[in-house]
Amino acid sequence: MEWIDFALYFMIALVALCLYRVIKGPSVADRVVAIDIIGIIVVGICIILSIKTEKAFLIDIGIAWIILSFIGTLTMAKYLGRRKLDE
Amino acid sequence: MNKLIADILLGIGMLFSLLGCLGLIRLPDIYNRLQAATKCVTLGACCILLSLVIRYGFTESGIKGLLAIPILFFASTVGAHALIRGSHIFGIKLWEKSIIDEYADDGYGGSSDQENQKDTNDEIS
Repeated sequence: MEWIDFALYFMIALVALCLYRVIKGPSVADRVVAIDIIGIIVVGICIILSIKTEKAFLIDIGIAWIILSFIGTLTMAKYLGRRKLDE
Repeated sequence: MNKLIADILLGIGMLFSLLGCLGLIRLPDIYNRLQAATKCVTLGACCILLSLVIRYGFTESGIKGLLAIPILFFASTVGAHALIRGSHIFGIKLWEKSIIDEYADDGYGGSSDQENQKDTNDEIS
């Protein structure tokens, strides 16, 4: 097995590790934190896939994923802080 | 030579991601978890992107990867800060062995009682 394939499977296993916290997390905020971390790991998976398949558009998917994950996290932070979304 | 450096950076990125996920699972409360997981996993993803940049140089892929590093760095850290502030206002307790809570001592946050929380929210908005 090549090193890049091993890296791919390793990162997928890390997503499975984080899913444990999503399922078990005692409060809402724990789940949101775990999903945020899963988003960053998925960006890493996109980059590794882009190295493996030598296609450049997968990096664009990674950048879009970062920005969408950022917006989602900010929305959840406003919800947890008990403020309206249009303030 | 470039490929060897890129492989080593990929390994460093995988190691930091693993440490971040272990912190996310093992640490006791949400504040510890977030400070471990966000920093380590962000550094891991940045190392993987740097590995891409070194492997491909200044081609299409490399420049896109170089562009993605600051976006990832600022977006994830700012998001984590906002999230931790929101969860403090929401009233999630610190770990019982925590020794200091400066944010609550300054009068922000709402982990103490309901009345204080209401005043704080009015103050902010």
